[in-house]
Amino acid sequence: MTHFSNTSLYALTVKQPSATIDAIPGDFLGSGKQQILTANGSRLSLFEVSRRQKGFAELFSQDVFAIIRRIGKFRLAGGTKDFIAITTDSGLLVTYEYMPDEQEFRTIHSETYGKSGVRRVVPGEYLAIDPKGRAMMIASTEKNKLVYILTRRGQMNIGISSPLEAHKPQTLVYAMIGLDVGYDNPTFAVLELDYSACETDPTGDLYNDLQMDLVYYELDLGLNHVVRKWSEHVDRSSNILFRVPGGDGLPSGVLCCGEDNISYRRIFNSRSSVHRLAIPRREGATEDPYRKRIIVAGTLYTLKGGEFFHLLQTDDGDVFKVTFDAPNGIVERIKIRVFDTLPVATSICILKAGFIYIACESGDRILYELDSLGDSGDEPWFDSSQFPSDPAKPFAVPYFRPRPLTNLIPVEFVPSMNPILDMQVANPTMEDAPQIYTVNGTGSRSTFRTTRNALEVLDLIESSLPQNASKVWTTRLAVDDEFDTLIILCLHSRTLILKIGEDVDEATNTGFLTETNTLGIQQFGHDGIVQIHPRGMRGVLGMEFPNDESEAMHGGRFIDWAAPEHRTIVACTANNRQIAVALSSGEINYFECDPDGDFAMADDYIAIESTVTCLAIPEVPEGRIRANVLAVGCSDRSVRVYSTVPDATGVTLQSISVQSLTAPATDLTISYMVDKSSAGYGQYLHIGLQSGVYIRSTLAETTGEIGDTRRRFLGPEPVTFARIIAAGEPAVVAMTSRPWLCYTNPRSKTLQLTPINYIPFKSAWNFEGSQFKGIICVSGNELRIFSVNNVVDNFVYEVIPLKHTPRKLVANHDQGLFYVIQSDSNTMDLDTRKTLIKQAKTTQNGADIIKAPETEDGAEGHNASDESDEFPPVEFGWPKAPGKWASCIQVVDPVTDKAVVHTEHLHHNQSALSAALVAFESLGENTMFLAVGVAQDLQLNPIQFSTASVQLWQLSPNGRTMHLYSETPMTNLPRALLAFKGKLAVGAGRDLMLYDCGTKALLRKAFAPNCVPNHINGLKTQGGRLVVSDQSQSVTYVVHKEQAYPQRLIPFVDDTVARWTTCAEMVDYETVVGGDKFGNLWVVRCPSNVSESSDEPNDGQHLTQDKKYLAGTPNRLNLVAHYFANDIPMAIQKTNLISGGERIIFWAGLQGTLGVLIPFSSRRQHKMFQQLELLLQTADPPISGRSHLAFRSYYTPSKCVIDGDLCERFLVFGRDKRESIAGQLAGGWTSDMIDDAIWLQRALYSF
Amino acid sequence: MADKLRAQQQLESLQARYIGTGSADTTKFEWTSNIARDSLTSYLGHPPMLQYISIGLGQSREKTRIQLLERMIQPVGPPPEPKE
Repeated sequence: MTHFSNTSLYALTVKQPSATIDAIPGDFLGSGKQQILTANGSRLSLFEVSRRQKGFAELFSQDVFAIIRRIGKFRLAGGTKDFIAITTDSGLLVTYEYMPDEQEFRTIHSETYGKSGVRRVVPGEYLAIDPKGRAMMIASTEKNKLVYILTRRGQMNIGISSPLEAHKPQTLVYAMIGLDVGYDNPTFAVLELDYSACETDPTGDLYNDLQMDLVYYELDLGLNHVVRKWSEHVDRSSNILFRVPGGDGLPSGVLCCGEDNISYRRIFNSRSSVHRLAIPRREGATEDPYRKRIIVAGTLYTLKGGEFFHLLQTDDGDVFKVTFDAPNGIVERIKIRVFDTLPVATSICILKAGFIYIACESGDRILYELDSLGDSGDEPWFDSSQFPSDPAKPFAVPYFRPRPLTNLIPVEFVPSMNPILDMQVANPTMEDAPQIYTVNGTGSRSTFRTTRNALEVLDLIESSLPQNASKVWTTRLAVDDEFDTLIILCLHSRTLILKIGEDVDEATNTGFLTETNTLGIQQFGHDGIVQIHPRGMRGVLGMEFPNDESEAMHGGRFIDWAAPEHRTIVACTANNRQIAVALSSGEINYFECDPDGDFAMADDYIAIESTVTCLAIPEVPEGRIRANVLAVGCSDRSVRVYSTVPDATGVTLQSISVQSLTAPATDLTISYMVDKSSAGYGQYLHIGLQSGVYIRSTLAETTGEIGDTRRRFLGPEPVTFARIIAAGEPAVVAMTSRPWLCYTNPRSKTLQLTPINYIPFKSAWNFEGSQFKGIICVSGNELRIFSVNNVVDNFVYEVIPLKHTPRKLVANHDQGLFYVIQSDSNTMDLDTRKTLIKQAKTTQNGADIIKAPETEDGAEGHNASDESDEFPPVEFGWPKAPGKWASCIQVVDPVTDKAVVHTEHLHHNQSALSAALVAFESLGENTMFLAVGVAQDLQLNPIQFSTASVQLWQLSPNGRTMHLYSETPMTNLPRALLAFKGKLAVGAGRDLMLYDCGTKALLRKAFAPNCVPNHINGLKTQGGRLVVSDQSQSVTYVVHKEQAYPQRLIPFVDDTVARWTTCAEMVDYETVVGGDKFGNLWVVRCPSNVSESSDEPNDGQHLTQDKKYLAGTPNRLNLVAHYFANDIPMAIQKTNLISGGERIIFWAGLQGTLGVLIPFSSRRQHKMFQQLELLLQTADPPISGRSHLAFRSYYTPSKCVIDGDLCERFLVFGRDKRESIAGQLAGGWTSDMIDDAIWLQRALYSF
Repeated sequence: MADKLRAQQQLESLQARYIGTGSADTTKFEWTSNIARDSLTSYLGHPPMLQYISIGLGQSREKTRIQLLERMIQPVGPPPEPKE
């Protein structure tokens, strides 16, 4: 018998991680332009930067389902295209070619070299490629190095040799590059440290004498082996290498960088030919003049004509330009000069088009434009003749003064959530769908972000109208006009006609009836415009505006059709050649355009018993004289489709199909949209219902049959439509309580529905003017025009800057406020900064300190001029101070003020650890407190502190300010706080305590010593139960018994596996979902009998008598589900994401991932997804060569979770592959049904 | 006897290839050193983990990476005095 687990989850990534592991520029398309290849999490993406579009656009992105470690590029001699090499945890060296036409990474090689996983001796940690593309070397952190030779075989094939070994045991590798040696044998430079000497030295003295070696490995292409050609001792602190160009008249060699040291070295150099530069240090009141910097990132850039320079970045973010004086390839000296200060980067890419792309360690990625190469200006150059080549010898330390950007201009900020430190989904703005609130970033680049699922719009025009308008249209004058000329507005029983010229004026003498409502406007026939009003239709032929005047000219040629007596028109639809009007009597009259441009009424008409609510007719297909179908929405909850083509007997308007609905249709439209069909476009019927539900179905062009229906609830108001163009493709705006865009996902070619980040409006129309194109809409008495240009990113962000690395986010739902506790280690606090700046002012009279632009928010409660004399921290970071903490509590209002409204700095080297909002029962509901766990003089690794305490801050009634109420000392670090039963639960070290509020301090009410094995770092509650997460030992359930005296906190169930919990959330009373530091998501559940017995209504005497089991609690949790997410979950919440959606589990990962876990509610669907996942694992194996199952089971076998990201790969397959997979599924699933099921998982629960 | 010899050879080749493969003569020092080095490699090899540690320490990822590599040199202190 098949056993089914009773829980199964569908894991879906809503937002891909944005932390960049590596980014490299190259020509991967072979187009002669440069693109940027980035690796984020398990995703490889290709970006294009173009000056014309002023920005950064994603060309392609694919999940490789493996942990990407390094990426590299190579180009074979004579080639025009760069190929991609990646190392992952798959144990395979994989190379790709990007195929721009097929839009795929085509695997060239997949060479197995070792075990899978990220291991000490399995190569993959380092990847170095010969600049001429002849060989590549991969290395592990210790011992192993492998060299592969690449050769060209024939015109297209690239051969790869079996690996050559260059192992050296007991040797650590710090850095590795491929040297530029022209066409000599490929050579690799490696920074190695051989620790074998200290392995056998019990005294420990030799440890201090270990030497760092710069080793050159040469690949002898003739003999086909690798030799350790030469090595020399270099500075012990060296950490990174950069290539120096070689070949004709160029020096070749490396820049070897370490602490306070940038040295030029080359193979077989003598001591005298080593050139060294010290890294210039910052000068300033708050800077420690003795602090040495290291280089953390950098890049080489070669100009035309062989000139080159390096840009190297220090750990402060200062970027230096290093140039060479090397006539005829002999280096005489090297020079260094400050270039600009940028955020600390993982990769710096310089593009030939004059852009610099910075993949920041934290916060938004930035694209800069190169304004100059940093050669002008009067800042000093430091050159290598000033410094001894041995860093141990004394030298005059170079200093520079940090300054704002001079050589670079920021062009674009690519939004990045990385790193997310805490997250909450809430809806303080009372919108339809909740928003995602996150705290992101580190140090001075920390931010508070509000993220919404919506499309960003570009606002073009906003103007007011004399009175409220209900509908809007635009029209051109004749069929072959390029642009729209008229805007027609339906005001209250009046029609306003505007003409678009140089200005927008009211048009006169148009011949339209202005003293009536308008139901529809249509450019008709060759040069006619038809106004449909309740009493009939009026056509104006040959309208012109000579000399761009607002008075219209037309030869008085009107055509009129009046509705029969006592009947009015209730609904209408039209295209260039056809009009259909529905009368109040239920008749639908149908007209075509006769050769004179007049109405030719059909003899046949449709008679319907119920009221007609809406009509739709598609545009006339190109090259035809009419559209074939007419759709009619009736109040009897149906949509009927009629044929406009005469049948064999000559009768038109025959019924073709009927669709019944759940509510009356309020609007219909038929449009052509991009889809997966061979034609590229398909005809779709969009139905909007009274109930706010939107339905999209295919409408077969020849037969008019309705099929493949997608439904979604959009908002609580009736849905109406407008056909528009978004991002160059046809789309439909659906208007309900807020506007939505229905468009085709450019990647998967499936329907996507995303709200538009705009005010709600009631009517819209497409607008094509000579200056801009967009969407025109009316909202009350405002006329607005906007456009939607990017449909790839369906998130919009609002950013509020914070001061320090945020640690915890606490929501005050009643007031719509958030409290963020922030702390930065090794950072100078506010008090010290102020003192130092004051000192510097008095000694130097303040003249030398740079005047920084105003960065402090005036509303922050302290004098802005106090801090304006130091470097603006957003660009330059906070000044460092070893062992010091800078910490504060900030109140953020993301709703009305959209700013930080209050800041409380912590003093005396205190740092905030945890926070919770609490109202004490003993003091009444209305007094709110923010409890903050605080440590003084905290040191990490090993953990030490002088004092720890819980501070109680009393909030003002509006929650916007606070004052310190009391401070209670703790014996250990209070890392977890929680409001619990009108009291405060505190987790400090291993102990769990319950406190009530006293006048001077907190009063302990209950105490559970040694509640968990290591250190409490989180608390959650439901009822009388607390879920306590331990930093290394999963979760423990604790029950509170208040009838006992003293009150008891009794741990009664814990876990069998040591999970390094980062976050946890109670899914229900028995079940907990959580994430751990290794990037797993897991669900554990308490056995129901244990759960019941823990709640026995007594003083817990039985529970305390239970025998401990294996040094833990008496009972154990069961594992329900497990999943490897490849990102560390930082916050997890059970919530609904869309209006009317079911509740799901939403999590946020450190690297910027947003993901959901959706429970399956139907067994049939679950079975299908299970089979689909299994089939896709073999039919579409990950291109990294990693087994998908092994990837998702990285630490622990994946259990009861289906990978939605893999299932969605189904959407991008070609027809044959989809059909073959669908054919293998049991249960009678067709490929369209699978599409629908995958689509619904997103549409019903997430974005 | 031949089987035993072969098993012995296999074990030796395994030990040569994969550092940390234990034998009857593995000392506590070797064993703990290997565990610590394996762990440290894992910390610096998994990008999210490296970033997590770096944020905690308030420094750049490269600096954390170097610190973890430095700790791999002698993760559990100097070896004990030989027993003779």
